[in-house]
Amino acid sequence: MQKVFGRPEALADVPTHYCPGCTHGIIHRLIAEVIDELGVRERTVGISPVGCAVLAYDYFNCDFVEASHGRAPAVATGIKRASPNSVVFTYQGDGDLASIGAGEIVHAASRGEKITVIFVNNAIYGMTGGQMAPTTLPGQKTTTSPRGRDPEVAGHPIRVCELLSSLSGAAYIARVSVTSPANVAKARRAVKKAFETQLEGKGFSLVEFLSTCPTNWGMTPVEALKWVDDKMAVYYPLGEYTRVPEVG
Amino acid sequence: MGEKVLMKGNEAVAEAAIMAGCRCFFGYPITPQNEIPEYMSRRMPEVGGVFLQAESEVAGSNMVYGAACAGARVMTTSSSPGISLMQEAISYMAGAELPCVVVNIVRGGPGLGGIQGAQSDYFQATKGGGHGDYHLLVLGPSTVQELVDLTMEAFDLADMYRNPVMILGDAILGQMMEPVEMRKRPPRADLPPKTWATTGAAGRPKNVITSLYLDPAKLEKHNLRLAEKYKRMAAEEVRYATHMTEDADVVLVAYGTTARIARAALDRARERGLRVGLFRPISLWPFPYEALATAAAGAAHVLVVEMSLGQMVEDVRLALGETKPVHFYGRTGGMSPSPREILDDIVKIVERGA
Repeated sequence: MQKVFGRPEALADVPTHYCPGCTHGIIHRLIAEVIDELGVRERTVGISPVGCAVLAYDYFNCDFVEASHGRAPAVATGIKRASPNSVVFTYQGDGDLASIGAGEIVHAASRGEKITVIFVNNAIYGMTGGQMAPTTLPGQKTTTSPRGRDPEVAGHPIRVCELLSSLSGAAYIARVSVTSPANVAKARRAVKKAFETQLEGKGFSLVEFLSTCPTNWGMTPVEALKWVDDKMAVYYPLGEYTRVPEVG
Repeated sequence: MGEKVLMKGNEAVAEAAIMAGCRCFFGYPITPQNEIPEYMSRRMPEVGGVFLQAESEVAGSNMVYGAACAGARVMTTSSSPGISLMQEAISYMAGAELPCVVVNIVRGGPGLGGIQGAQSDYFQATKGGGHGDYHLLVLGPSTVQELVDLTMEAFDLADMYRNPVMILGDAILGQMMEPVEMRKRPPRADLPPKTWATTGAAGRPKNVITSLYLDPAKLEKHNLRLAEKYKRMAAEEVRYATHMTEDADVVLVAYGTTARIARAALDRARERGLRVGLFRPISLWPFPYEALATAAAGAAHVLVVEMSLGQMVEDVRLALGETKPVHFYGRTGGMSPSPREILDDIVKIVERGA
């Protein structure tokens, strides 16, 4: 018998608490696969956020640190600066990264911190029960925008990749989704490029995942995937946003 | 005795940290402690260390959290409003049991307050500051030499107890120049190895650093374990100094810069034949309750002097209970008491009490 599929070594053999239809599980797996493929599990330190992925340290089989809300890029900076040989990644949601941690992410990117950020954008605060996020779409209903997000009142959603790609320290920025096998494959390539950017010492790297929240969106898992494709990917176009300019 | 050099308090604290093996510094500019990050920005590259100016005190203190996770000897320094912003990370570091040194060169508050020296952050430093059941070790130096010695020792204490240690100075101490002997002290030999650090799970199971315990029974257990540690700290880390308390009718209680002023008042009082002593807490947490009760046992009066409206005085009252009158004299907002004002208060107390 030939084994053709197995759990990556960087992923722990435990059940997760994620809701049915949530794509955190796929994203965790992609990261673990890339860590394995690059052979850096024993050098890797992950940083989990405050949000649905707060317990990510239970799900990865590598060293992990739990950060306070939004501060993961600052914590990652401290680890990487103190221990430059470590491979450091943060795993952050939209409330964590684009709202309370907006300052930390902008400055980590502008400094060109040699860290990798996995940004999971599902346009809502999942863990706290479905409140409006900085990435909630105009018109989208949440528990704190019950009539739909009105940009006149609640402002406009933040496009993180576009914002960060203007900074010279941002060496690799990409937005992906995992709504189809083809998108999963593209997402995996982006995660690998992001980690390689760090390993090559080129600077800051970030991969934004458009993700689902069937529970708080009030959708079935299949409807949620379709909503990512039809609504989110329109406001948040997929693709690579910046690359380190070729030298010479 | 080694050679003495004339150093400003803020620069001395920076060099002391480097001599104690601190190789990571994260901070944000704020008066009156800017000489520390400025010194570190010059000095750290010379010793192969890390200096990074953070985008805020919130970020800087979380960088400290990260470097501590990596097992580094790490420090940040700030002044009152900045220390308020660091309370988030300080609480997380206490909860996750991460060693670090935080220096507060205190200025007057509340709010933006002013930039002159004050002691109005005593409550914040010793009674919690951030959220949750925790304590910092808090040390209150009163000379530049003591600032140096306690800063060096703070790194050992942080590593020994896996706990943040705070040096509570003030703008006067930070800005004054005094001759100081930079005695290099190697780290204590009995420090536990940092086997918990997140440096990569090479040849060992993964390490996880967190302060999250969703199960209340587990969180209670965690808090009780921390409490045991605080009890050990309270038993083993009490520090204080006394001066002429043996025959004193009036015992002055003051820490840090104020203790120097109180000492000047004591000398003048003694010249007048008044039997005055001084009790100077050096560890502000743990507070030297028993030592104070012993030192003040024979005194008729205790006078607490602070550059605040009365914060440490509450600990003095806890130490002495109803055994004798505890008087208070304080200046606030960046004003400091003069020896003359303290002497006047001593005379009033003696005349009224007689």
